[in-house]
Amino acid sequence: MGKTTAEKIFDAHLVNEPFPGTKVLRLDAVLCHEITTPIAIDDLIRRGKDRVFDPTKIKAVIDHVTPSKDTKTATQAKILRDWARRHDIKDFFDIGANGVCHALFPERGFIRPGYTVIMGDSHTCTHGAFGAFAAGIGTTDLEVGILKGVCAFRQPKTIKFNVTGTLPKGVYAKDVILHIIGKIGVNGATDRVMEFHGSTIDAMTMESRMTLCNMAVEAGGTSGICQPDMTTVDYLWPFIQSEFADKEAALADYSQWRADADAEYDRTVEIDVAALEPTITFGYKPDQVKTVSELAGTPLDQIYIGSCTNGRIEDLRIAAQILKGHRLAPNVRGILSPATPKIQQQAIKEGLIDIFMEAGFCVTNPTCGACLGMSNGVLAEGEVCASTTNRNFMGRMGKGGMVHLMSPATAAASAIEGKIADPRKYL
Amino acid sequence: MKTFGGPVLFLDRSDINTDEIIPAKYLTEITKEDLKPYILEDLKLPGFDPCGPKTKNARVIVSRANFGCGSSREHAPWVFEVNNITAVIAESFARIFRQNMFNCGMAAIELPKTDLDQIFSHAGDGDASMEINIEAGTLTMSADGKQSTFSFEVSPFDKALVLAGGWVDYADQKY
Repeated sequence: MGKTTAEKIFDAHLVNEPFPGTKVLRLDAVLCHEITTPIAIDDLIRRGKDRVFDPTKIKAVIDHVTPSKDTKTATQAKILRDWARRHDIKDFFDIGANGVCHALFPERGFIRPGYTVIMGDSHTCTHGAFGAFAAGIGTTDLEVGILKGVCAFRQPKTIKFNVTGTLPKGVYAKDVILHIIGKIGVNGATDRVMEFHGSTIDAMTMESRMTLCNMAVEAGGTSGICQPDMTTVDYLWPFIQSEFADKEAALADYSQWRADADAEYDRTVEIDVAALEPTITFGYKPDQVKTVSELAGTPLDQIYIGSCTNGRIEDLRIAAQILKGHRLAPNVRGILSPATPKIQQQAIKEGLIDIFMEAGFCVTNPTCGACLGMSNGVLAEGEVCASTTNRNFMGRMGKGGMVHLMSPATAAASAIEGKIADPRKYL
Repeated sequence: MKTFGGPVLFLDRSDINTDEIIPAKYLTEITKEDLKPYILEDLKLPGFDPCGPKTKNARVIVSRANFGCGSSREHAPWVFEVNNITAVIAESFARIFRQNMFNCGMAAIELPKTDLDQIFSHAGDGDASMEINIEAGTLTMSADGKQSTFSFEVSPFDKALVLAGGWVDYADQKY
């Protein structure tokens, strides 16, 4: 019997099975940020276990509130910074080099096919775009990961998503994943891996695959996983060229992590995107979705483009293409937060930042801030935001505020009209 | 090992998320104890008051499907822990929340929908109390002068975490 990608990764990383149904895996990457890690560090110190299993496999960034907004957030940043120095964690990203973790770490080439990755952050599932098993975990699991380089999991079943068809104009990976979550529900993939296959995924860039996998957790999924292919190799090539004779050799090696043709799945879900429309959430759960035609005209107060879901260069390019020559409607304010400094610099070089600023957007430094209502764009009570982020819970971006999740294209069109608008007429 | 059982707080809705349990703006607190006043602050349910006596007295929460969905923040179990709530009973849990509960030596107990329907209707709007025996896998609810008993399963690993009081020392010894 064949294996799914997650089954292959589990088998290759298995340390032991301490109890029936629980597998302890060896970790290839333990990622850390300043919100969930400081309490782990503090607890390790109190236990007399202030150690790290391997400083080269730990990557850390200050990203949620940066630059710090008050004494408490400055203290969290300091705890992480001091710890990284104390343990000689070279891959630590502070102000000037920091960006949203799930955009920054892949950009640095830290995630490879077949890897096991954990982070105290639910959107860690993003990294499955590289054919890795990447799961969000809590602070205690993070603490054990830092200390011992292992994590315990129940072996997840895998749901296969066979996504086919050419994406219509104005429809992107974000619309695909919102559509999928709408179809299977917010717990449709709980304790499951979401393995993405099909011609639509094959044609996607790594950025789009990250957008897709980023929201797996919004359906309850443990990890999203895409199949490693030449697109994966091309993206990673600057980081791996010394390891392989050529790209074909890298592809041959990485292909070991592709699911077998006769792998067994929990179930298979067929998705045809050929007639998909721009898709938007309307309620307080990510599975409450409608098409742009149904929601067009919904009044807005703020437009937010950024985050680990849609703050990458291709997202900025799409939004800028629509915004070019337009102004924000007078009733809305716009905020752009490129996800990393590299993306921000690239956007400056390409003239994208000029387009956003001429449209009236405020351009902030890379940070998670507004997405979870911590800084840099918190909503007031009763306000509504068109956002390219991943979570629309009540009050997520600020107490009493409402969030409509959408693609960067739909957000840009909505910025021009000051209400939810169809991007297709601007393309 | 922690103790389990006592007055029950009923939250009759599915998909109660981590932002409702503890809003992100409080994630800047450095100690668990500082989270205490903010329990369930953003949860809007008919008749529910996050600062009311039912919340204050509760030792057990009973809810519906997909409890604890959303963020990985262990602040969600911690805000329960510092409010002396050590067990949540629901039809299902989000994976990360469930594991965070057991990793802290607390219990996330799954019951079938039919059992939960019975528990909710038995309790009505009155006060209810629950006895929970993790090792035996049984819980008994007392409300309205009557008792009803249900059985549940906790995985062997999760049971070991409850008995050990958490995952860190256990892992450091074994791995």
